[in-house]
Amino acid sequence: MSQALTENPVVPINAPQPVTGERKGLTKKEIAADHPTWCPGCGDFSILALYFKLIEKRKLWHEKITTISGIGCSSRFPYFVQSHGAHFLHGRALPFASGVSLSRPDLHVFAFSGDGDAFSIGGNHFTHTARKNIKMTLVVMDNQVYGLTKKQTSPTSPLGFKSKTDTWGAVDYPINPSKQAIAVGATFVARTSASNPNHVLATMEAAMDHDGFSFVHCLSECVEFYEGAFDAANPRKGGAFNEIPKTHDVTDELAAYKLAGADFPGNFGIFYKVNKPTKNVKEVEINKAAQSKFAGQKDWQILQKTFDRMK
Amino acid sequence: MSDTVSDAPTAGGAKKVSRISEAVIRIAGNSQDGIQAIGGFLARLAGRSEQEVMTFMTIPSTISGGPSIFQVRIGSGEVLTSGDDADVLLAFYQHSYEGHINSLKKRGVVLYDSDHVTPKPEWENDYRHVGIPISSLTVEAIGGTAKDKGKNIYSLGLIARMFDLNVTKLEKLIGERFTGKDASILNNALAAFHAGYANSPSNLLETFQFAESQKKGVPQVVMNGNEAIAFGLIAGGVRFGAGYPITPWTDIMEILRRELPKYGGSFIQCEDEIASISMALGASFAGRVAVTGSSGPGISLKTEAIGWAVMAEMPLIVINVQRGGPSTGMPTNIEQSDLNIATFGGHGDAPRVVLAPANVEDCFYMAIEAVNVARKYSVPVMFLTDQGIATRIEAFAAPDLEKVCQDITPDLTPVPAHKPYDLSASDGVTQHVKPGTRILDGKYPIATGLEHDEYGHPTGSPKLHMQMNAKRRKKLQAFGATLPVPKIYGPPEGNVLLVGWGSTEGPLCEAVDRSRAAGDSVSSLHLRHINPLPNGLENIFSGFNHVFVVEMNDEGLYGYGQLGAVLRARYCEAKIQGINKTDGLTWKVKEILENIKTKLRQ
Repeated sequence: MSQALTENPVVPINAPQPVTGERKGLTKKEIAADHPTWCPGCGDFSILALYFKLIEKRKLWHEKITTISGIGCSSRFPYFVQSHGAHFLHGRALPFASGVSLSRPDLHVFAFSGDGDAFSIGGNHFTHTARKNIKMTLVVMDNQVYGLTKKQTSPTSPLGFKSKTDTWGAVDYPINPSKQAIAVGATFVARTSASNPNHVLATMEAAMDHDGFSFVHCLSECVEFYEGAFDAANPRKGGAFNEIPKTHDVTDELAAYKLAGADFPGNFGIFYKVNKPTKNVKEVEINKAAQSKFAGQKDWQILQKTFDRMK
Repeated sequence: MSDTVSDAPTAGGAKKVSRISEAVIRIAGNSQDGIQAIGGFLARLAGRSEQEVMTFMTIPSTISGGPSIFQVRIGSGEVLTSGDDADVLLAFYQHSYEGHINSLKKRGVVLYDSDHVTPKPEWENDYRHVGIPISSLTVEAIGGTAKDKGKNIYSLGLIARMFDLNVTKLEKLIGERFTGKDASILNNALAAFHAGYANSPSNLLETFQFAESQKKGVPQVVMNGNEAIAFGLIAGGVRFGAGYPITPWTDIMEILRRELPKYGGSFIQCEDEIASISMALGASFAGRVAVTGSSGPGISLKTEAIGWAVMAEMPLIVINVQRGGPSTGMPTNIEQSDLNIATFGGHGDAPRVVLAPANVEDCFYMAIEAVNVARKYSVPVMFLTDQGIATRIEAFAAPDLEKVCQDITPDLTPVPAHKPYDLSASDGVTQHVKPGTRILDGKYPIATGLEHDEYGHPTGSPKLHMQMNAKRRKKLQAFGATLPVPKIYGPPEGNVLLVGWGSTEGPLCEAVDRSRAAGDSVSSLHLRHINPLPNGLENIFSGFNHVFVVEMNDEGLYGYGQLGAVLRARYCEAKIQGINKTDGLTWKVKEILENIKTKLRQ
């Protein structure tokens, strides 16, 4: 039998890592690739720096990381990281990342996206990747505006936001990404803000460790087209960074939904976290059941059995 | 069946026993009568009897019911098409009888269910009528009202009697079909079969015996085109796929979903067409050629991602089981109108490989070729079949699976350095290292849809855009140069050359045979590689006065079908003309012959 993709002999990432004596953990210099093309002051710089820190802290190797994105300012991300990267279509990072996750259990799969990419053009995939609980981490850098195309209304723009497509102020009700994620069955839903680096790092780490689809909604200010959008969530700008109370039961879906629904600036931290079998595991189980009848046989012998019935 | 060899001595009361080398049987009823099952049994029996066989079916696009036919042509010699006209028409209803009597040869036998069909006196001279109360005899045989269930198997018994088919083999086939089901179901089926077979041959006017097959000793497998593709992909080493249901592609995804787990692979049903090609590309990026596929509108939805695969140079197989278009079009009809979208679909300059298998056996081997071409040239491969070949059953020599099955497990050995888009690569041919591979110089690649430098990082450089466009073009030109000049069917020089592609190979070859038998100078050329085209076609064209490109698509604004327009653009050859139709049905040989005559008069 050839090497099965869903049962890779390469050690799965949630198995204990072997001791790798000769290799030291990567330094920030080794992880960084192109200098980011973002505008000075963009919130995305902070998230990139914390992704580097995550790789450094958790001693991840270049070759074990896949950094995947769609289209938008946020989605330039893979070019700035020394890892196996893919810059895919607008809105389609999640199904692409699902293809990686389902065929290679030995890899870390990180997808980076923006509010337009994840919730507008890619909205359908957000729903279905979450409900299937495909193992990966999705970080959405939400600036509540289309930045790359220079200031159009986004699906998270608040009512009244003046953009080039709503010069009189946005009229469409914005979506609440965390509520949506909980409602469609995501098993890890957290909210953070680029203005609070320690919180971002802790959230990304918890997301990475979650065995399932983990969604991190990260506020990330666009200083060019929506300056001051998140001041109310930034204590340095006179706002309040309200962390979810320690007493919150992260497995309580209704409580999570309520916390996620609070008016802006809302709450930060892990709203919801439950353990459900991932699609990855379910597919492996399907394979094991199917293969149990063919133990020790080569692929051509299995196919021969099928052809013998087609005579 | 026209080639009756001799009249054998009368047996068992039948008026006449004729030895035949082939027969065309058309079964007409409604889609829920199980007529496909009869056809399937006959096709499998032919396969096991080392005969050639080809089937043709139509299905309504309604959810349940509606007229439907299944035609099967069985031959002891070569069978190229499912046959223009039937020798025997089995008609279950008045509409089946009236709607299909025209497809019967003059003096052919119409076997009708006299419970439902009232024959028309004006047709009784032209066709030999045999009325049998199939519905009530089935009920008599297996009891119950059963809403006409079982009359298909009863009819199979009738046909078995009429053509002196091998009863033991048919019983075995029926047994295999109902394996795992309740024993009473199998017993009922066998009871219905024997009741049909027990019909006195004297009722049947004439019975037939097939001549010995000319290809004794060759074990065969029997399957339709969709099955051949699915198993070809598995043999080729594909272990991941993703798709969304749409007719007539769906069978392939159902087979792969069921079969791939046996091989440690997975086929994922996605939320939409775009997600499926994206997921397949993710899996290809992750290390092994993946497959997606669709039909009609689904292909349109995938075109953006195909452009990405061209730009990112990602291997991928896209199966396109063509149906009538545009838009929702004619979902269960045959058409060859996706050559343009397969070859040119999408924005920008996006060269990709387009393959079109010519028959069911070719579906199997060409699927393996698609895997290897996609891998070698790191390019998306469009695999064009159509509704006709998808559902057509053929028997072909059983492949030597130990030899053809291949393992394409990714190699994750560390490399010193890697440029995914190395411009110095010979003929522009490069492959990606797979994620999980350590790159010792610490520079990791990006697969991207942006124009890029050799590492996959974005560039706005006009020079690099031109170089990368040339790289993506040159590798396909290099592939084109490896293709053998296709063989001409018939003499290499003459008056008329018919050019076809995809599923029309059989009717074209038969058109050549019949033309030549009538003294006309006609040959044919069949293209399986659509993009790039093989070299050397101009030399072939130069040997003929007329080149007629026969396609099941519209003649277009300027009078040429889709392949015809490509060939004219490529060769600037004024003698290339089109023979086109879009009636949603496969070419009948006589239609091709009539079209040749009309074209030659023009």
